[in-house]
Amino acid sequence: MAPRALAIIAGALVIGLTLGPVTAVILRAEGWSALRPGDWQALRFTLVQATLSAFFSVLFAIPVARALARRQFRGRGALVALLGAPFILPVIVAVLGLLAVFGTSGLANRALSALGLPELTIYGLHGVVIAHVFFNLPLATRLILQGWLAIPGERLRLAASLGLSPRAMWQVLEAPMLRSIAPGAFAVIFVICLSSFAIALTLGGGPRATTVELAIYQAVRFDFDLARAAVLSLIQLGLALVAGLAALRLSRGEGFGIGLDRVVPRWDSGGAARGLDAVWIALAALFLLVPLATVVWRGVPGLVLLGPEVWQAAGHSMLVALGSTALCLIWALPLATRTGEVIGLAGIALSPLVLGTGLFLILRPVVNPVDLALPVTALVNALVSLPFALRILRPEAETIRRDYARLRAALGLTGWAWLRHVLLPRLRRPLGFAAGLTAALSMGDLGVIALFADPDNATLPLKVYGLMGAYRMEAAAGAALLLLTLSLGLFWGFDRGGRVGARA
Amino acid sequence: MLELDGLRWRAGDFALEAEMQIAPGDRVAVIGPSGAGKSTLLDLVAGFRSPEVGRVLWQGRDLGPLSPAARPVTILFQDNNLFPHLSIARNLGLAVRPDGRRPDAAQTGRIGDALARVGLSGFEDRLPGSLSGGQQSRAALARVLVQDRPVLLLDEPFAALGPALRAEMLDLVAEVTADTGALVLLVSHDPKDALRFAPQAIVVAEGRAHAPADTATLLDDPPPALRAYLGH
Amino acid sequence: MKALTVAAALFSASAALADTPVLTVYAGDYITSEWGPGPKIEEMFEARCGCDLQFKPGDLLPRLLLEGERTEADIVFGLTTDATKRARESGLFAPHGQPLDALTLPIDWTDEVFLPFNYGHTAFVYNTERLAEPPASFDDLLNAPDDLKLVIQDPRTSISGLALVLWVQAVYGDEAQAAWEKLAPKILTVTKGWSESYGLFTDGEADMVLSYTTSPAYHIIAEEDRTKKAAIFPEGHYFMVELAAKVANTDQPELADDFMAFILSEDFQSMIATGNWSIPAALPRDGWPDGFKELDLPEKVLFYSEDEAAALRDTAIDAWRRALSQ
Repeated sequence: MAPRALAIIAGALVIGLTLGPVTAVILRAEGWSALRPGDWQALRFTLVQATLSAFFSVLFAIPVARALARRQFRGRGALVALLGAPFILPVIVAVLGLLAVFGTSGLANRALSALGLPELTIYGLHGVVIAHVFFNLPLATRLILQGWLAIPGERLRLAASLGLSPRAMWQVLEAPMLRSIAPGAFAVIFVICLSSFAIALTLGGGPRATTVELAIYQAVRFDFDLARAAVLSLIQLGLALVAGLAALRLSRGEGFGIGLDRVVPRWDSGGAARGLDAVWIALAALFLLVPLATVVWRGVPGLVLLGPEVWQAAGHSMLVALGSTALCLIWALPLATRTGEVIGLAGIALSPLVLGTGLFLILRPVVNPVDLALPVTALVNALVSLPFALRILRPEAETIRRDYARLRAALGLTGWAWLRHVLLPRLRRPLGFAAGLTAALSMGDLGVIALFADPDNATLPLKVYGLMGAYRMEAAAGAALLLLTLSLGLFWGFDRGGRVGARA
Repeated sequence: MLELDGLRWRAGDFALEAEMQIAPGDRVAVIGPSGAGKSTLLDLVAGFRSPEVGRVLWQGRDLGPLSPAARPVTILFQDNNLFPHLSIARNLGLAVRPDGRRPDAAQTGRIGDALARVGLSGFEDRLPGSLSGGQQSRAALARVLVQDRPVLLLDEPFAALGPALRAEMLDLVAEVTADTGALVLLVSHDPKDALRFAPQAIVVAEGRAHAPADTATLLDDPPPALRAYLGH
Repeated sequence: MKALTVAAALFSASAALADTPVLTVYAGDYITSEWGPGPKIEEMFEARCGCDLQFKPGDLLPRLLLEGERTEADIVFGLTTDATKRARESGLFAPHGQPLDALTLPIDWTDEVFLPFNYGHTAFVYNTERLAEPPASFDDLLNAPDDLKLVIQDPRTSISGLALVLWVQAVYGDEAQAAWEKLAPKILTVTKGWSESYGLFTDGEADMVLSYTTSPAYHIIAEEDRTKKAAIFPEGHYFMVELAAKVANTDQPELADDFMAFILSEDFQSMIATGNWSIPAALPRDGWPDGFKELDLPEKVLFYSEDEAAALRDTAIDAWRRALSQ
């Protein structure tokens, strides 16, 4: 089949799977509902926190990614993998880990009071932003790191031979790369933060930190006001698409053209830069890893409390994660274009609650939704992970298409030969990263399960919540550690698989 | 016979017209100032660009409706002639089997012959990046050899090589195309290369590709458009 | 021939399976999980009914309203009073038909549709090792120094959070917003649900957490930990009850009736205290597990009928939102 036809099918599936459920909810609601006065405030807060969170995530990711790009040290690979961990933790676990460090009785405040300094409070807008940066800095760092690594060695060699100053280096090579990468990273994180709700509320300290997603949750789960839920979710979807289009306009990156695949070291590694890089890496590692360490620390005693049902749930989660990963990558390949990336954003922009409710309404007349619990979860996970996969795959996929289009045409390669012998092998690195991220994300709970829950096929995140709901906080911490370990394991395995032995 | 029949191409201020016939087996240099449209001319023949009006014909057949791969034409670019992640053998394999399947025994034999012809026997399993510049050019030449098309376009593929190596490559091209009887169009910046390689030359200048003329005569007594370029 | 025999055997086996009547019960995740009462309920009821009880976990009322008349549910288990009005108005439920005289609730319960199976009260739970002198009354709490830190749940997303604003409304009436304003500086943060709050509390992030009078029972019985206590206020505590109801067009009316009767049985009632960490709805105090007998419980219980609660709800949430948004 022609690639264009495949792209259209893949895009239509995304649109169908997002607009379909919204439409189902609107039809069911039989009408529209006016927004309440509080909703405007929620909308404003949502925009402010999402903008700040995305801005700071990307801002701090730049020096961290640069440091990681030009330094080789023992454990660098492990650090890069571990840095991805916050992104894949269940929200509640990550929040508890974060508060163990930044909370009122957290490590940071204990250190401050030991030094006789005034205590800090994390609750407020700054807390929301810190938490979102905690979650998204790793993603931003990885996306930008990819951009740095994509600067061909030949260009770096040229820059070195010209003796470019750091400033000139920045202007000639790094700034153009960032101009093409950063807007996309900003957009993805902005859209993730748009639908944040539990983090925003908990770290925001109260109803000041009400987001649109909270209003949707209230409308669906509490008020059963589907009309209001539909209106709010369309607003959220609209905001996400605006962000996606704006990012697309801004990131008119040219790319760098190709170089031959030789490993070329960088020569701009002078003394001051080296010190600064070390500081940035250390800061990022501290900020991201200490809260994770508390999750591990608290989880270890709970591991022995886990019964067979938790391990079984872990098995289901792994199964779902692998299914989602395969589905997501198949979906992402034909969509790895600029238009495809904007369409893909719809997946995370749509409130999971509305998505779940709509799917339920659509499937219910045809089939018992409970029988489809795991496939639906896998499908939704794939849909939700799609924007990340596309963000990772698109730049390199486009570069490959552009650089080899003429050779492909001159040889007359068939679509299959192109895919198998050129596109997939050359995409191996980003594919591994995308697969790792999708698998890890799919281990986490993505919220649609509420209407599709199947008691015999529960997933691990549900068990974590189940244990907490039954006062078993210690066992829950153990299950969370198991979840963290499995997610990281999947992430590491795929990501590494993409790098090791790649002939690129 | 390669025939450019009332060909015209235009993009913004840039225009190129061509009207000529070239016999099979001829070796023709394409010379002219930078930006005059030498590569554009090759792209029109290869099918990467479509003319506004006019036709490209081979042995009387209009190539217009054909995709680049379906034309009796193959081309060596300035770069990207090989996939860097695939071995030389695999690169040549894709040239004979564009559907990605393994070449059969006969085709494998042809690949071996082509590599032998360019002096790269035993390099089957090497990646392009591990070869020297000259060897990469030879591998690319082997790639067009296995494609075995009657028209070969060379869009400055050896520009990055030193003069001696470039001369060696041109001799090799002349030698192997003498065997296959292919028509060769060579874009070149160096009059010496043109003279060495091609008995005839097309001058591309001021929006026009002129019909082939004797290279030595052209260079000895260049038309005005070529004079400034040659520095006479 | 052999294949045919096997097929026939398989067919009769599945026919036998199909003959076992199935009672479908919608219940919250916290009920159906391994650590909730669900598995025990299933075991006990199947032993007496010769049927197959199947729990379907997830959202109760939203799901039921989405499904409407075509729902598979025979029983809905675990509704709370914030949802009964809408549930009743949907017309999807039938009277439970059970005698209510055996109920041992602290309030008078006469509902013919929604049958209580356990109850508790909202309360602020604290750790005695951290807070030696808890506030002795709601007024005390309002006037406590601002470094006393509380975590509560959002009334817009959580049932216990909603119960809290109704509690404040019941105690302070028109002064509710002023009360919230005094409470606001002490509220460390607001969470989406109970689990997040309780997790913050057990991690030592806050001094007191909005929970239930029955929460300490878990720590006493399961952990032999007597440091977690509920602060009891003489102004009264808001009553929280969990309810079951029979779906009107159930295809298993007799089984459903039997299940409703089972809820009030001593077997069920003795199990539910430690199964769901709540006080049994129809079991005198003598029958409670020992840990429950130790609980500090309020003398005065506050409760709004579903109509009163519905009328007050927006006002109460608004008072909360305004005070905490300042």
